[in-house]
Amino acid sequence: MIAGLTWLLGCQLVGEVAVRATDVPVPGPVVGMVLLLVVLQVRRSGDDAAVVRAADGVPRHLQLLFVPAGAGVVGYLGVLRADALPIGVALVGSWRLGLAVVGWTVALLSRAEA
Amino acid sequence: MSTVDWLLGSPLFPLLLTLLAYQLGRAVHARSGGHALAQPVLVAVVLVGAVLLLLDADVGDYLDGTAALTFLLGPATVALAVPLHRQAHRLRSLLLPLAVGVPLGAVVSVGSAVLLARALGGDELLQRTLAPKAATTPVSIALSDTAGGIPELTAALTIVAGILGAVAGPAVLTLLRVRARTARGIALGAVSHGIGTSRALAEDRTEGAFSGLSMGLTALATSLVLPLVLALLL
Repeated sequence: MIAGLTWLLGCQLVGEVAVRATDVPVPGPVVGMVLLLVVLQVRRSGDDAAVVRAADGVPRHLQLLFVPAGAGVVGYLGVLRADALPIGVALVGSWRLGLAVVGWTVALLSRAEA
Repeated sequence: MSTVDWLLGSPLFPLLLTLLAYQLGRAVHARSGGHALAQPVLVAVVLVGAVLLLLDADVGDYLDGTAALTFLLGPATVALAVPLHRQAHRLRSLLLPLAVGVPLGAVVSVGSAVLLARALGGDELLQRTLAPKAATTPVSIALSDTAGGIPELTAALTIVAGILGAVAGPAVLTLLRVRARTARGIALGAVSHGIGTSRALAEDRTEGAFSGLSMGLTALATSLVLPLVLALLL
């Protein structure tokens, strides 16, 4: 568990430093994710590797980590109420359009390739 | 310092409140037979929000108190490499669909948010605030700041877009006749980032892995596309 956590934090740290040093507009943890993927691929890690076991436990409770930011919405109830219509329609409409465009594009192109 | 002051000032109360609300959310989710609306994150957000309003608590204090949880988002994002590692053999055949679909999705997300908000009378500040909402929270905050929006409101709206994906994403994708696990995951990650990914993981491991990857790529694509689309539309 500790060895796995060390790997996770280590990859994140390298990612954060790389992003700051190069001014790339990507979140550091995402760079860390790609880095860890490369490490896992190179080492051909199996399910018994420490980092794999540590990482397996995390996503199960991923939703918990978003609760604070979500509850922070109460700080903006005034603005949300004042512009409820444009905010609501733009949010839901744009979300739905994005979902359709990406879903259909990927489905279409992966079928064409297969 | 009085006991009440200590309680409100220490992280103990915000953390405990958040954990209790999340547990309750999980219980509601299980009790409802896994109903889509009963996402633990949604139940917990509503509960915590209600308590904060009832106590007239300072939201900033609450966020400071729960910083430890928010910090874990970083390593949790890195951990998404593991499901991807297991799906790596599929990655090669998805390079083209990802390279086309994700940037296209970013353009549509940003453009349609701006145009829809404007059509309904939202001012330019609101349009700039809404534009980055498909990127994952830390990125959408930074993008809103550079684009001239209200970063804190962007953060809140980003979370709402995520919850929308967790609640309705799989059902809407089925309605849109997107059936392949890879396409479903990539689409969910592209519009609902981490929260959508948490639902995708609950649906299927493959779907979750590609949702996580798509979330990262969408963050990058949105960063590159946002200034261009805003310059074009505003």
